[in-house]
Amino acid sequence: MSDLGSAAIREDFAEILKLVRPGARVLDVGCEDGELLELLTREKQIDGQGLEISPQGVAAGLARGLAVVQGDGDRDLDHFPTRAFDYAILSKTLQQMREPRHVLSELLRVAEQAVVSVPNFAHWKVRLFLLLRGRMPETGALPEPWYSTPNIHLCTLKDFVDLCDALEIRIDACASLAGGKPARPIDPRGALENWRAETALFLLSRKSEPHAPAPQDLFGEVALPGAEPAPKPRRKR
Amino acid sequence: MTAQGPIAAGIEAIPAGGLETGPEAALEVGGGTWRFPASRPLRLDSGASLAPLEVGYKTYGRLNAARSNAVLVCHALTGDQHLASTHPVTGKPGWWDRFVGPGLPLDPARYFIICSNVVGGCMGTTGPAAIDEKTGKPYALKFPVITIGDMVRAQAMLVEALGIETLFAVVGGSMGGMQALQWAADYPEKLFSVVCIAAAARHSAQNIAFHEVGRQAIMADPNWCAGGYLEAGVRPEKGLAVARMAAHITYLSEAALQRKFGRELQRDGLSWGFDADFQVESYLRHQGTSFVDRFDANSYLYITRALDYFDLAAQHDGVLANAFRRARAVKFCVLSFSSDWLYPTPESRDIVRALNGAGCRASFAEIETDKGHDAFFLDEPLLDQTLRGFLAGQAQARGLA
Repeated sequence: MSDLGSAAIREDFAEILKLVRPGARVLDVGCEDGELLELLTREKQIDGQGLEISPQGVAAGLARGLAVVQGDGDRDLDHFPTRAFDYAILSKTLQQMREPRHVLSELLRVAEQAVVSVPNFAHWKVRLFLLLRGRMPETGALPEPWYSTPNIHLCTLKDFVDLCDALEIRIDACASLAGGKPARPIDPRGALENWRAETALFLLSRKSEPHAPAPQDLFGEVALPGAEPAPKPRRKR
Repeated sequence: MTAQGPIAAGIEAIPAGGLETGPEAALEVGGGTWRFPASRPLRLDSGASLAPLEVGYKTYGRLNAARSNAVLVCHALTGDQHLASTHPVTGKPGWWDRFVGPGLPLDPARYFIICSNVVGGCMGTTGPAAIDEKTGKPYALKFPVITIGDMVRAQAMLVEALGIETLFAVVGGSMGGMQALQWAADYPEKLFSVVCIAAAARHSAQNIAFHEVGRQAIMADPNWCAGGYLEAGVRPEKGLAVARMAAHITYLSEAALQRKFGRELQRDGLSWGFDADFQVESYLRHQGTSFVDRFDANSYLYITRALDYFDLAAQHDGVLANAFRRARAVKFCVLSFSSDWLYPTPESRDIVRALNGAGCRASFAEIETDKGHDAFFLDEPLLDQTLRGFLAGQAQARGLA
């Protein structure tokens, strides 16, 4: 990350930065203080829009010169017209949504591709925690105790892949994220990955749409079953 | 405030020299009355035109060399151009001195801030109390019906006359917010950013209903004289005061009224009559009587009518997003208050939805407060923070930082 002049970029932000093509229109759902959008604006000259639930977050985003709408992903994605964005990003909050299925569908209505990261409840640490201690797992990716966690819809890698299949969503690419380590491109259907991946970052699109461009550097390395070879990034509009 | 040619006092009146910054610096105040001759009439949405036109305005701060730091603040129904300096009639501080001043979100050290009295008003801009040159008498009800679009057209004439091609921002609350939206629809090429606070893209049935109560109160006052009270040498003070009292309730919230007054009495015990027993009655009566000193009853009729006629979508084939299609380069900030029942949050969300639908980049926040519609005049830290953040971010993008 030294090429970005900053060592403090969250690893999921660093991966998303690699994913997004320059000049794209990006919606960041749950953009907090706008750090990711600012990074993408600076490095990729994106046209960004944030959606954030806390008014303090909105104010912080505005101070960065970003466009941020106060609202939450469960209710307020309907603010945005169909295909208003090239990418909709939902970083680590899908499991906090009341209606994750609806949110996934909405992300792929407003944007051509969705970038979604989810903690994997089948990670070996989680399994071991529950098996050996008999208590609700508390790990690096899931730090809160059961009574105060905002995570109400946790899933495993397998569960998420199943949901994508059910919703006719294509997984264009997937990478495993683990605190502090570089991201690793994975096949989310691989049996081992459901044990190994602590958090997974997905690039998703609709199966009904023509194949969307996959990023060249990171996610092109693992051929996913059913995924055609990635064509050159095309620039519509 | 009488016109003495094309410019009575304008930006030229601002002394040259280094501009002091910091809270100690004196506020640079300019303004006066701009008179547009009969050869430059204001064309009205009704098809009529208004000439000659005088526009009363104030300015704060100084226009920079690039002429890129001008901010137009649009006032609300009963506001005027006295934004951040003492009101000449009431002697009270400017109506938005919480936001406009040294160290505040709209800092005259950074921006050239303009505020003009709306057309139809009574503080220096041509309105129903002005003298009709054709008759030598006050216009009264011969004054043409005006719209929010007409107000904005008059502002655009003033802005152009001041030598400003592009405004850094148009900022307004309530009716001022509607003007800001109208600016975006009519003059998107002259705008960099828009701030619309506690407003709506059209008047609802409830909004129109409350205004109708106010207008009927004025017209029921025998001193209204079918609009001709100025010539008759009287004023419909009772009617205008009742109109203000009714409207004032809509600017507050039930929670704010309860917190401020509850059922507190003016003095010990009830009067067993119709005096102002309750503090809330006394407060409203005071709001009514103090209002008539500074406002013209016919102006109240005309401006409330302009608000009722406002429907930005209707001007664009019934689709609000169409109003903003040309404004894709403009950055918007829309703010609402959680307890505002005059222009409630869903109205602002509709604006944001339309902006997004039109492909504009919009920001939106609902400020949590129990102070109702009038919160935009009051001390709301989050409003301050949001406005400050948006303007600072846009100033940086505009190269004003």
